Amino acid sequence: MYIIESSKIYDVIIVGSGAGGGMAAKILAESGLSVAIVEAGPFFDPTNPEHMTQLKWPYESPRRGASSTRAFGDFDAAYGGWEIEGEPYTRAEGTEFDWFRSHMVGGRTNHWGRISLRFGPKDFKRKDIDGLGDNWPIGYDDVKPYYDKVDKLIGVFGSKENLDNEPDGYFLPVPKPRLHELYYIKAARKAGVTVIPSRLSILTKKVNNDRGICFYCSQCSRACVAKADFSSGTSLVFPAQKTGNVDLFVNSIVREVTTDSEGRATGVSYVNKEDRQEYQLKGKTVVLAASACSSARILLNSKSSQYPNGLGNSSDIVGKYLHDSTGSSRAAFVPELMNRKVTYNEDGVGGMHVYSPWWLDNKQLDFPRGYHIEVWGGLRVPSYGTGFGVTEMNRFVGEQVGGYGNKLRDDVKRFYGAIMGISGRGESVAQKDNYCEIDPNVVDEWGIPVLRFHYNWTDYERRQAKHMHETFEEIFDAMGAIPLGEAPSKEQDYGLAAPGQIIHEVGTTRMGNDPKTSVTNKNHQLHEVDNVFVVDGGPFVSQADKNPTWTILALSWKTSDYIIDQFKKQNIS
Amino acid sequence: MDRRESMKTMLLGSLTGGLIVNGCAPEETVEQSVTPAEATRYGRTEAEKLRDKMLMEAEFFTEQEVDTIATLCDLILPANADFGSATDAGVQEFIAFIVKDIPDHQIPLRGGMMWLNHRAIKKFGDVFTNCTEAQQKELLDEIAYPDKATPEVAPGVEFFERMRNLTLTGYYTSKMGIEELGYRGNRPNAWNGVPEDILKEHGLSYEEEWLAKCVKHETSGVMAEWDEDGNLIT
Repeated sequence: MYIIESSKIYDVIIVGSGAGGGMAAKILAESGLSVAIVEAGPFFDPTNPEHMTQLKWPYESPRRGASSTRAFGDFDAAYGGWEIEGEPYTRAEGTEFDWFRSHMVGGRTNHWGRISLRFGPKDFKRKDIDGLGDNWPIGYDDVKPYYDKVDKLIGVFGSKENLDNEPDGYFLPVPKPRLHELYYIKAARKAGVTVIPSRLSILTKKVNNDRGICFYCSQCSRACVAKADFSSGTSLVFPAQKTGNVDLFVNSIVREVTTDSEGRATGVSYVNKEDRQEYQLKGKTVVLAASACSSARILLNSKSSQYPNGLGNSSDIVGKYLHDSTGSSRAAFVPELMNRKVTYNEDGVGGMHVYSPWWLDNKQLDFPRGYHIEVWGGLRVPSYGTGFGVTEMNRFVGEQVGGYGNKLRDDVKRFYGAIMGISGRGESVAQKDNYCEIDPNVVDEWGIPVLRFHYNWTDYERRQAKHMHETFEEIFDAMGAIPLGEAPSKEQDYGLAAPGQIIHEVGTTRMGNDPKTSVTNKNHQLHEVDNVFVVDGGPFVSQADKNPTWTILALSWKTSDYIIDQFKKQNIS
Repeated sequence: MDRRESMKTMLLGSLTGGLIVNGCAPEETVEQSVTPAEATRYGRTEAEKLRDKMLMEAEFFTEQEVDTIATLCDLILPANADFGSATDAGVQEFIAFIVKDIPDHQIPLRGGMMWLNHRAIKKFGDVFTNCTEAQQKELLDEIAYPDKATPEVAPGVEFFERMRNLTLTGYYTSKMGIEELGYRGNRPNAWNGVPEDILKEHGLSYEEEWLAKCVKHETSGVMAEWDEDGNLIT
């Protein structure tokens, strides 16, 4: 086997085409720089009928949408999942981490929840407040101009609320609450929990001529033919390609960043999954946007005589401080919603129309970081699992459980839309001991050493999850709803989802001013190698209780502006 | 499924759009010579097309098992005046497919049918499908009501719970079942809130302050513009 080198030298090589990579591609290509995007998965375009799952009926899938092929069901747009054949990862004994990867153009933005929250001023400076973890070397005021630009470019609906630490933005109008959401609003307020309209990157109004307006099918997770949801492919990568400055390499998995004798990056080497050959691309800068853990893996695998511990890893911090959001959920039967009229289409947008931002002060509580609450329910499209256990519901109304015959038709119909769920999504405290590293004994089918994860929750997260469940019960109680099953116990970590399950993992190449305790500087540039940048969730110092995508987009844009400036000043050449 | 398990499943799946996390299917080996199925088009990758084709071509149930399943399906959901039976909606075919797709169903269903036939032979001298409808119902009455069932028939209760779940899910994800359920979505529309009469029935209303933040469909096609304070002005 030999390495096939390209003769072209790109200004920038971007690894990955998700939120961070797509944004960098658009900004850098539009500035006139030549860009190569190297994407590990295939091309994907939701407007291509061959790729489309939107508006399919459950019976168009032989498994009725079950999750036996795709992790979130047959119609979910994400290729990949928790396990990818031929591309394993391992976990250290006694620890857990589930790693969701979606190798395709647009990455995980094709199926995500579109919850687009700005981090607030406090979220960048948590150590100042509770003494735990570290502050970011930048603050809200540094990022605000970019949040503003992202709002206007991509579009996010929401409402001005003037809440502490939940900054407002340039919002599109919000969809009206659904019926169960009106019940939630009333009950949450009664329980003293703030409720406001959701903030999702779905176009309820026109923001440009390339993308359409939402037609309310509730299927953003399937990726939108009208491009009315934010996916990196439709909103960033395709527009970047229009500049003519972008070469997109698909099915190409990057092995390492290559360096010269002076220790500067010269490009990347990758395996083409179609011919299984190894290629080398040359670039003046390398921008890693492969996802927090994949970018850490690439750096750790980029070993050379100058960088025996991996590129940018003299500090031994690459892979450390891996942290995901916490998550715990509860569902309930809402008697008021039993026998409801179903004479209307309640799909709405993909995701909830209302939510609860963190409303308390942690100084008064026994856990340091907050959480927000998401709501689900309504008259949803049936799918595999519909009707499972439905006769159990009779227990709540004092009728016989079980049975057969036409009585079951009544059971299914009268309980349809009568279940509501609420989920907490919280901030964990980043720990140095939670990390990924290279497993010395295992390679994937491309011969690339794989990641081994070490991750355990701490009591901070467990106590937070306990509080979530107390809140859930208060809200359900205020609604007259009957929670299903038992509240998870202490022994069950209060129902905390395993690390990785919420798919907000960040922190593996965290930024900081001190090269001994951080991997990247405040410009997302490796401390050790000034022509390598990281623009995924890796540089996050702390996660906030907010979904990371909007911040990844803002910071990738900010970094791209910095890179353009470096080219102008000829600091990169 | 025990009660907790069935509640958990319901919590995950029933009425919420159905996001059940299945156990991993065993690794499939696919012959390179197999060409992708062209039967249905629902955004499959090449590897997924191959998997579907392979599953569709495989057989798991015997003919007798398929008969038993069909019989059970129609006892669980017979036709009524307005809608057809479970087998009219093709539920037996769905079950024959899903056991190949989610192999965790295989032994419980196959073994469950054997258990049921054993019970039928013991009580009525013949396998379940050869019993009269009255005899079949007598057998089901023993296992269809978990709170009343005797410990002796516990395996039958487990089996019947699974059959009932799969029958209902197969039926209510079929065209016929969705029509009966009355689901009105999965088509382009303009969401404009809960209809007034339904709000009234629930004693709810939209607050003026909240409504002021909401979409006005007549201007949604107008390009968004904001003032410096982030107020939408178009």
